[in-house]
Amino acid sequence: MKVARAIAVAVLLVVSLCALFAGKLSSPDYAFQYREVPDAAPSSAHLLGTDDLGRDRLSRTLYGTRISLSLAPIAALISISLASLIGGLAGFLGGWPERITMAVTDLFLCLPWLFLLLIARSLLPLNAAPLTSVLITFLTLGLLGWAAAARVICTEAREFRTSDILLQARATGQHGWRLLTMQFVPRLRPVLFAQFLISIPVFILSEANLGILGMGVAEPLPSWGSSLRELESFSSFSGEWWKLVPFTLLVLVVVSFQVLLSREEISL
Amino acid sequence: MLKRIAIRMAAIVVTILIGLLVSATLVRMAPGFDSDEHQLDSRLSADTIAALKADKLANRNLLSFYATYIAHALHGDLGRSSALGTPVSELIRQRAGQTFRTCGSGLALGCGIGFLFAFATGIARASGLDLLFGSIATLSLCIPIAALALIFVLLRVPAGLAIATVIYPVVYRYARNILVRTLSMPHVITALAKGSGPIRILICHIIPVCAGQFLAIAGISVSLALSASIAIESLCGIPGLGQLAWQSALARDLPVLVTLTALIAVVTILANSLSDLVPPTVRSQGS
Repeated sequence: MKVARAIAVAVLLVVSLCALFAGKLSSPDYAFQYREVPDAAPSSAHLLGTDDLGRDRLSRTLYGTRISLSLAPIAALISISLASLIGGLAGFLGGWPERITMAVTDLFLCLPWLFLLLIARSLLPLNAAPLTSVLITFLTLGLLGWAAAARVICTEAREFRTSDILLQARATGQHGWRLLTMQFVPRLRPVLFAQFLISIPVFILSEANLGILGMGVAEPLPSWGSSLRELESFSSFSGEWWKLVPFTLLVLVVVSFQVLLSREEISL
Repeated sequence: MLKRIAIRMAAIVVTILIGLLVSATLVRMAPGFDSDEHQLDSRLSADTIAALKADKLANRNLLSFYATYIAHALHGDLGRSSALGTPVSELIRQRAGQTFRTCGSGLALGCGIGFLFAFATGIARASGLDLLFGSIATLSLCIPIAALALIFVLLRVPAGLAIATVIYPVVYRYARNILVRTLSMPHVITALAKGSGPIRILICHIIPVCAGQFLAIAGISVSLALSASIAIESLCGIPGLGQLAWQSALARDLPVLVTLTALIAVVTILANSLSDLVPPTVRSQGS
């Protein structure tokens, strides 16, 4: 297991570094169209060939990795912040605030995730500018993905509310803000971190799903979702292995996250 | 038992009504809801454009739209699709069968394989099997549903199998964890020590205790299958409710979206309530 974890960390590190130095490793202009070589096979000039518009596929893959890998954690941070605020408060206060909050959470969870995402994304402009579409996509993910984490955090907060530690802290004169920062937040930190890690691959996959369905990051900005749309024009698996590189990269990164999330962390 | 079912049904009705209101609010507040692309069509006369605007204004007040919708829905009128011009009830009737078949076969296959592999791993206690089935489950979880749909189209594999691939990892993981926990319970250890066979252990000692939890997994799987059906039906060109949801989302078809939200909420809530059918005494033993 330790070896698998080490490999997972190494994969994530290498992919992150490649995304970070995308400009050095490939053509810095991911949108430039080499019109004389559309849909070309790999060559020394284009290591992964070009797409049907003549754009360098390696460059688009690396810049797409940068966008997907940097914004999925930001979306996860937004959703975990919301979840900790909603679930933490509900669990800490208990009584009717907790019941109402959990009813709303259940309402959110009763709708299938992709359906909810599709509805929310469709309500926002689909023909937005590329940069706006990136913000819309990942903000939607962050703002809608809080419910499952809120449930876990609420349970943890409820346990803390009824624990002897809280009673002892109150007996020593800790109240209000001090109680929150000295006792409550440190107790929730491992749960928050585990939920944050769990959310990242979920959001990477969700962005990819939205991208393939034509509701993700708008062209010409690359992302894993928009790169995977190329699979639609794929006729067979034989011969054109280079077209599967973005897909392989995405699966590799998500598998690495799954390996990193040990059973103990998931059960939290 | 009856009281429990009545309370659960009341909770379902309230949840559906709130869900309808929330979805109608979201759709109503979406940017550009008041405008219609037909209003820019220069061939239309001023009267026609005015009629289109009046039609849009009729939906302006959210509460009145919601009240009218509920009143009409109670009479079986779910409105008319603004994008397709067909009654929503007709659209749903035409497509529900297809989705039922696709999701049903996917659910049966995914749950069947998931439970079977979990039983095999749990009873045999073979780490090699666990590693193999666990790895397949992890890999299935790491592929976007939409990409999976495209791959299955390419391989000319039925859509039901794609849905099964989405359901299997969740069923396998949960069922395996439940089985491992149950197998370490005193009554199962005693039965094993007395020489009971694996099938007898499963039927007499595990299923009665875990039935509620297994039904809960099946309930979650329904939600997963519906979620997967959106991507799979859209990309595989299957005319089901998933494809309708995708087309309506792209066209911002309010009546269809609100009705589909309610329908999907009803189905998932009912599916998630499956575990309530098991008497609580049995469920509490399992937990």
